Amino acid sequence: MAKQTHAGQAAIMKRVLHYIKRSWLVLFLSILFAAVTVVLTLYVPILTGNAIDHIVDKGLVDFDGLLRILIMIVICVLVTALAQWLMNVCNNRITYQVVRDIRSEAIRKIEVLPLGYIDGHSYGDVVSRVIADVDQFSDGLLMGFTQLFTGVLTIVGTLLFMLSINWKIALVVVCITPVSLFVASFIAKKTYTMFRIQSETRGEQTALIDEMIGNQKVVQAFCHEDESMERFDEINERLKKCSLRAIFFSSITNPSTRFVNSLVYTAVGLTGALAVVKDPLGFSVGRLSSFLSYANQYTKPFNEISGVITELQNAIACAGRIFELIDEESQVPEPQDAVMLEEPDGTVELEHVSFSYVPQKKLIEDFNLRVKKGQRVAIVGPTGCGKTTIINLLMRFYDVNSGKILVSGTDIREITRGSLRTSYGMVLQETWLKTGTIRENIAMGKPEASDEEIISAAKLSHAHGFIRRLPEGYDTVITEDGGNLSQGQKQLLCIARVMLCLPPMLILDEATSSIDTRTEIKIQNAFATMMQGRTSFIVAHRLSTIREADVILVMRDGSIIEQGNHEELLRQGGFYAELYNSQFAAS
Amino acid sequence: MRKLLVYLKDYKKETVLAPLFKMLEATFELFVPLVMADIIDIGIARGDRHYIYMRCLLLVALGVIGLTCSLTAQYFAAKAAVGFAAGMKSGLYRHIQSLSFTELDTLGASTMITRMTSDANQVQNGVNMVLRLFLRSPFIVFGAMVMAFTIDVKAALIFVVTIPLLSLVVFGVMAVSIPLYRKVQAGLDRVLGITRENLTGARVIRAFHKEGSEITRFDESNDHLTAMQNYVGRISALMNPVTYVIINLATVVLIYVGALQVDVGNLTQGNVVALVNYMSQILVELIKLANLIITVTKAAACANRIQSVFDMQPSMDKGGAGNAAGQTAGNAGRASERADGEADCAGSKSEFSTDTVDCVDAVDEAVRFSHVSMHYHNAGEAALEEIDFAAKRGQTIGIIGGTGSGKSSVVNMIPRFYDASAGSVSVDGRDVRDYSVRELRQKIGVVLQKAVLFQGTIRDNLKWGKEDASDDELWEALTLSQAAEFVREKDGQLDAKIEQGGKNLSGGQKQRLTIARALVKKPEILILDDSASALDYATDAKLRSAIKGMDGNTTVFIVSQRTASIMHADLILVLDDGRLAGIGTHEQLLAECGVYREIYESQFKKETAADAS
Repeated sequence: MAKQTHAGQAAIMKRVLHYIKRSWLVLFLSILFAAVTVVLTLYVPILTGNAIDHIVDKGLVDFDGLLRILIMIVICVLVTALAQWLMNVCNNRITYQVVRDIRSEAIRKIEVLPLGYIDGHSYGDVVSRVIADVDQFSDGLLMGFTQLFTGVLTIVGTLLFMLSINWKIALVVVCITPVSLFVASFIAKKTYTMFRIQSETRGEQTALIDEMIGNQKVVQAFCHEDESMERFDEINERLKKCSLRAIFFSSITNPSTRFVNSLVYTAVGLTGALAVVKDPLGFSVGRLSSFLSYANQYTKPFNEISGVITELQNAIACAGRIFELIDEESQVPEPQDAVMLEEPDGTVELEHVSFSYVPQKKLIEDFNLRVKKGQRVAIVGPTGCGKTTIINLLMRFYDVNSGKILVSGTDIREITRGSLRTSYGMVLQETWLKTGTIRENIAMGKPEASDEEIISAAKLSHAHGFIRRLPEGYDTVITEDGGNLSQGQKQLLCIARVMLCLPPMLILDEATSSIDTRTEIKIQNAFATMMQGRTSFIVAHRLSTIREADVILVMRDGSIIEQGNHEELLRQGGFYAELYNSQFAAS
Repeated sequence: MRKLLVYLKDYKKETVLAPLFKMLEATFELFVPLVMADIIDIGIARGDRHYIYMRCLLLVALGVIGLTCSLTAQYFAAKAAVGFAAGMKSGLYRHIQSLSFTELDTLGASTMITRMTSDANQVQNGVNMVLRLFLRSPFIVFGAMVMAFTIDVKAALIFVVTIPLLSLVVFGVMAVSIPLYRKVQAGLDRVLGITRENLTGARVIRAFHKEGSEITRFDESNDHLTAMQNYVGRISALMNPVTYVIINLATVVLIYVGALQVDVGNLTQGNVVALVNYMSQILVELIKLANLIITVTKAAACANRIQSVFDMQPSMDKGGAGNAAGQTAGNAGRASERADGEADCAGSKSEFSTDTVDCVDAVDEAVRFSHVSMHYHNAGEAALEEIDFAAKRGQTIGIIGGTGSGKSSVVNMIPRFYDASAGSVSVDGRDVRDYSVRELRQKIGVVLQKAVLFQGTIRDNLKWGKEDASDDELWEALTLSQAAEFVREKDGQLDAKIEQGGKNLSGGQKQRLTIARALVKKPEILILDDSASALDYATDAKLRSAIKGMDGNTTVFIVSQRTASIMHADLILVLDDGRLAGIGTHEQLLAECGVYREIYESQFKKETAADAS
């Protein structure tokens, strides 16, 4: 198992590298600048040490030598700073480029994902992959770039410099530093469980908050405030305890490593000072000062690297989740010779169609239906009986398992999806509007529409009245999912959207369910004109609509159980008759 | 934000001790360079090994004391921060419970949830960091400067110049980049919004064949975001190199000045090393301080958002003091203006509404609306105007009308989810504002439009209605609400688990369980707010006849869009655009009220209506 995940991580890393490869030049520059930065940063303490060696005592200051060294320091510092800045700029560029590429690949994937995937996954999950995961990934990547590489270089560099000055003291440093790493990892391991408990408890609290605050009205309606507060306080108290432990123990890390560092510092001071006393010519005070500053620098990258590695692992995990989305199977691609559906005549035929969402549960089997141009098909049945399945098949949101659907005599799998779908005008039960102005929403299917066309479509669907009353009229911006409009108003806009294009075939799914009855009557009149000569499929609740349909499909538990017109079905005395009569059941 | 500090009250000791110990730690840290200077100037210069050993021991001792102080500080800081956050969250939760529907509408659930979770965590972090570092870092910066002064005044002047310069750079870069980061966040939000939209609207986007233009839209935002990130990155990447340059230039100057002083004999070599050490300590602390300030700015923003929830006062006095009456004034004028608009229904209306409240009648009246008008907060127009009717105990009241006509508003006023802006609502002859909210809502069972169930068993959910209900009572309610059948089929029956949000139930099942939950209460008044919409006609009809057959004197309000659901009610209120368009029985309204006839006929064609009656 562990091995497997390891292999998985390697595979993900490889893909990440593939993305990075596109900006190899920038990457090369970044490495170059990093090297320059590290070498010079390490060289400066030596120079400083040399400078101090030129200041021995009263009257023993070598100003000429000192000035030369100081100028060297200034030059080094300026070059280092420039290299460091350029390195950061390069790293930013690489990271954000990778992130951009991954995101844009993700959205392209989303557009071709089969509807089955979108229906079966929570939106929040997919969104968090594209946004939060990619973000986390970019943070990790950026940190990895800036710190891992320079960190390793610094360690190696420091080691070399120290060895070149005095290998004995270097040895002291090398021996003691692992202690700080050991301490850090020891604490990290100990705190891991505490953090896990903390995040579990926190999750529990969030779930409660989500449920109770999210449904605060119900809580208040049942006077359930006290009980809900009690439950909250109980979890809150537990969270407080385990948070305290997690936070305190994790905050030990810094002081502890700092303590170890101070031990290293002391050890260097001690051995260094003794070395100077023993042989003032071989090891000077200036050297000691450079050593002291190395001792400070040497331990830092170790701590950083351990942080970076956790961060990188996290980043890889996130990248894995994004790649999972990108690797998801796309909808069946269109055949090379897919035809554009041009001016369809409005006939729709279903021949021996079988379909089910999951193989275990058969829904539609060997279903046949011929709809002539201009006919009306009503789909009826209790809620949740799967009326939308038919729409999913007609629009080819889902593909049939066997049999075929023909529009204008052509199998819809041989037609381009775009042209098939734009030949239908669809008003769905769940009204969806995009962020943008009212105008943009109405003109969705026909972006080039003139203002007059838009207004007349709005008038026909009785949306003009309320739109005019909005603060900005047709330029009012609708927030995400039409939050600032009522359900009825949203539905009117959805109708206007179809009214503008008037495609040859219509699909209306409980289109009038939340519009008040009087407006609805007007809309139904408008619909009647719209449906004139157009083939239409209506998921209907109202008997008046149903009675006027040419064909009624009666659905129950996902399958079509009866088919015929009103009179025929009533005569059959089956489920439809029962449904119809229950409307009038006296209470 | 300041008001939140009350939650630190219980942790006064910790709040003071944490920074104090941090300062102690810092003080010990400041001695280190001095000790090292001694080692160089005395130990090395004299070749005194014993002195060197002793000084090194002193260094270790300083380290140990530092560690102890620091651990103590960390503990106190963690304790104060966690305790503060827990107290604040609990307070916030309590506060939200006390808000009325008006405030809940304004805030929105998702806002309150983020306030309580991620915002609260950020604030906790902020408090923790502040307690740990806010005193320490400036203390070290200035302490280092002071120490420099004790060594040499001239050299110390370099510190006096360098520190403000460094601060200027660090805070300047932050001042420029923090607002830019906010813009980056906004850009990210836009990318998020588009992604979400493409998922929620997948069907519509594909139906209109808009995949291509959506990709273009996404790419634009995405590119914009990338450009923005690179731009901000370039600026914030300046911080480290520039501070590095300043510190090192200062060191160069320091060494040069030090050299001059050493040459004259004012300073020793060890002193110069100590000064250089102080300079690098300052750099480390300033960078920590900058990070701290970023955390604190974020935390402060979160704290302000939390504060704004606290600032929201419940608009309703839930105690039920006698603050009724006296609000009807100024309404009479408007009432007369409208009178002619309702002329066609006036006949049936007058029969049921009398302006004088008769005391004997009042006992018999379960609910009375007297000239009630209601405005939602921030809404321009009144949601209800001049609603006037009385419901006798045991009656079934049907309310019908289009979307936005005010049906739900009427029933929401009975349990006092919203208050009347004019007129009064009374239950059992008493103004609802004279009840305590708890007492009032005990009497009423409400089934809201949106069927909400909670994680737990079916039993847990039903017991919301009545804490100590027996299983028999629960089954009785389930039978009435036509839910008994499917509950019986579940594994564990009453103990069957309901997932969060009732995800494992169908819409119709959820609705029937929410109805059962209200029935368990055996309420005096039962309100069904369009709560049978997911039921098919047959089940809906059975439900209605079961409720009708309930024993006791329950007054039932049924809100519906379907005429069939309310046509058999004792009294039907027809609402149109927030006003009563008609009131009476089915037959009366059919004869007298145009709006009602229109609704009825749109649902039952004329000939079938004849069949039905």
